[in-house]
Amino acid sequence: MKRIASADELYALQKQLQKNRDPQKTVITICAGTGCRGLGCMQVKEALEAELKNQNLTEKVEIRATGCPGFCEKGPLVTILPQNIFYQQIKAADVSDIISKTVLKGEIVERLLYQNPDTAQTIVREQEVPFYKKQMRILLNNNELIDPTRLEDYLAIGGYSALATVLCNKTPDDVIREVKTAGLRGRGGGGFPTGVKWEQCRAAHGTEKYLIGNGDEGDPGAFMDRGIMEGNPHSIIEGMLIGAYAIGSQQGYLYVRNEYPLAIKHLSIALENAREAGLLGNNILGSGFSFDIIINRGGGAFVCGESSALFASIEGRSGEPRDKYIHAVEKGLWDKPTALNNVETWANVPLIINRGAEWYRSIGTEGSKGTKIFSLVGKINNTGLVEVPMGMTLREIIYDIGGGIPRERTFKAVQTGGPSGGCIPESMLDLPVDFDALAKAGSMMGSGGMIVMDDRSCMVDVARYFINFLQEESCGKCVPCREGLLRMGEIFADICEGRGREGDIELLLSMSAAIIDGALCALGSTAPNPVLSTIRYFRDEYEAHIKDKKCPAGVCKALIQYRVIPEKCKKCGACKKVCPADAITGELKELHAINPLTCIKCGACFEACKFDAVSIE
Amino acid sequence: MQEEIKAIVESYGRDKAFLVPILQDIQSRCNYLPRDILLELAEELAIPHSLVFSVATFYKAFSLTPRGKHIINVCLGTACHVRGAPLILDTLERNLKLKAGTTGADGNFTLETVNCVGACAVGPIMLVDEEYHGQMTVSKAEKVIGSLKKGDHS
Repeated sequence: MKRIASADELYALQKQLQKNRDPQKTVITICAGTGCRGLGCMQVKEALEAELKNQNLTEKVEIRATGCPGFCEKGPLVTILPQNIFYQQIKAADVSDIISKTVLKGEIVERLLYQNPDTAQTIVREQEVPFYKKQMRILLNNNELIDPTRLEDYLAIGGYSALATVLCNKTPDDVIREVKTAGLRGRGGGGFPTGVKWEQCRAAHGTEKYLIGNGDEGDPGAFMDRGIMEGNPHSIIEGMLIGAYAIGSQQGYLYVRNEYPLAIKHLSIALENAREAGLLGNNILGSGFSFDIIINRGGGAFVCGESSALFASIEGRSGEPRDKYIHAVEKGLWDKPTALNNVETWANVPLIINRGAEWYRSIGTEGSKGTKIFSLVGKINNTGLVEVPMGMTLREIIYDIGGGIPRERTFKAVQTGGPSGGCIPESMLDLPVDFDALAKAGSMMGSGGMIVMDDRSCMVDVARYFINFLQEESCGKCVPCREGLLRMGEIFADICEGRGREGDIELLLSMSAAIIDGALCALGSTAPNPVLSTIRYFRDEYEAHIKDKKCPAGVCKALIQYRVIPEKCKKCGACKKVCPADAITGELKELHAINPLTCIKCGACFEACKFDAVSIE
Repeated sequence: MQEEIKAIVESYGRDKAFLVPILQDIQSRCNYLPRDILLELAEELAIPHSLVFSVATFYKAFSLTPRGKHIINVCLGTACHVRGAPLILDTLERNLKLKAGTTGADGNFTLETVNCVGACAVGPIMLVDEEYHGQMTVSKAEKVIGSLKKGDHS
């Protein structure tokens, strides 16, 4: 693309690109995010391309591979524009129907539509699907409008207008005031007011200042940032440019997890295109303002999501945190003033500039403004990315948007805030989701992972999972975290393997208190949260493990047995066929039975039985 | 090899701040981080051996031992965990006769675990040579490995 030399040239180019986008042209959008790729969307895309070529339609129909629209449960997702027909769970074999019926004749292929499980009615438009209806998608909606690898697409929907506004009409102080008024708080989990951070960084001594976009989304079960980085990378870059102007920085870094290869690819393409168009680099839009961004790939260390560890990693060292009596806004990366924000925070900035702080403030609760993206996963019908106004209740998110718990099982808990968060029980589902309400309940909003658990999830096992996770990810610098988590892990192993003793719960509680007080960084000091919240709300499960040597949810292997229920067994042999240990007796048309002595508790028979005749006791 | 290492170091302006990305590039070239190359790298960047090794052993993405022809990665993120990822890992460990984090003596398979690849909605998920396999079950995992062993996996 030709270099854009001024704001006027940018506006003219945007207009031109909008004009080129014929609203009547048929466009087939297909989600090409990592989730849908796991379900085979690239094969669908290839089939679409081949079929269009076969039918000589390549000129008339455009295929747009977009980022994640969120409804991963039903992927691969395909939408036909301009009619706006929403198809789900598409396979390569469905492609010929889509082209010959929908594209050529305008007919709707009934079997590819989403069916509302409550009413059994099919739904044609995406917005009417219950999963989308209650959402407020001010960030994610753009994912569907653009091919993230094309700067032209982002410009055609008004991209980089906020940057132009700021460079031409606003002083850095104006920008900071606007972001402060909007009430934007850090989306990475801390919830620190973004405008205040910028103000402090601007006021800090020194001319060399750094800006960082944190895309090291390490919380397991969370992929909001991936959704934005893959689906709309320019929105993050534009946000960082505006931040750099406000703070007075010339160099930014995007720190992205190595486990997100597609996000790295899309961000790299976006940076290159922006640079070529003169939106990054020297004298941006002829304003005299200069800024550039380097991508750093993480090395697969969870602790590098912590700011001081992240700085160490960018500086080329092991990601060990340091004590934070001096704030990063004064001494951060290379000991220079540094403003670090999560990539979702950065993506919110252009919206605030374009639509105004007052508009942004009108969304959300008293203390938490705007929307928040959550990744709704685990034992839930509609898994995927959801974006809701702050203050929506957990119940609305889980039942109205998420569609409740699959297979008519019962809800037990929702885990929020990743390894630093906690488990919230049924009795607290009417909590509004914002920074402050969840903290009061012993969890935290965190970056936005929401893992739903049903009666088949063991809360002791979940707490054990997080402790083991953090113990492995602990950098080892301070004793409370390094040794404390290891010991807690041993106590959990005892409890889950039938060696639990009276007093273990109290011991876990007192160790938690010591780790919270003594750990150097937030990884350690929040590590006991999953333990504390599960003991607080599910103490009976701990007691069942310790006293009765039973796992009520049927998860902890040492405490369970698989058994065939004779009344339900249809003698079909499915369980016997899959058993890798030859532990199942009974030939075809005979009742099956599992030999507890040879059973290795792999779960294959339980999974294979279609008649629920294998039980876990 | 020496020339290649030089070229990688050169592409980062010989700046030691880029140690992590340099190691990433070396690993993607060599499939692991060979000891003699790490020593050579320390000389190239004029930094102590201890710094190179501390970084190479700190980050989970780096391997100091050769990895197999196929790399199987099981996601153990929370969402995959509650949907049964530990059973998938058990199955693979049993089937491949490997412990997580090791490579078989024949050099065909390396079994690794990862703490979330962000495809939580289609979990449990496993990666075979960077290709995503979603909604895994014990028997599906057996099948994937079975076809890999037969060699009909491209």
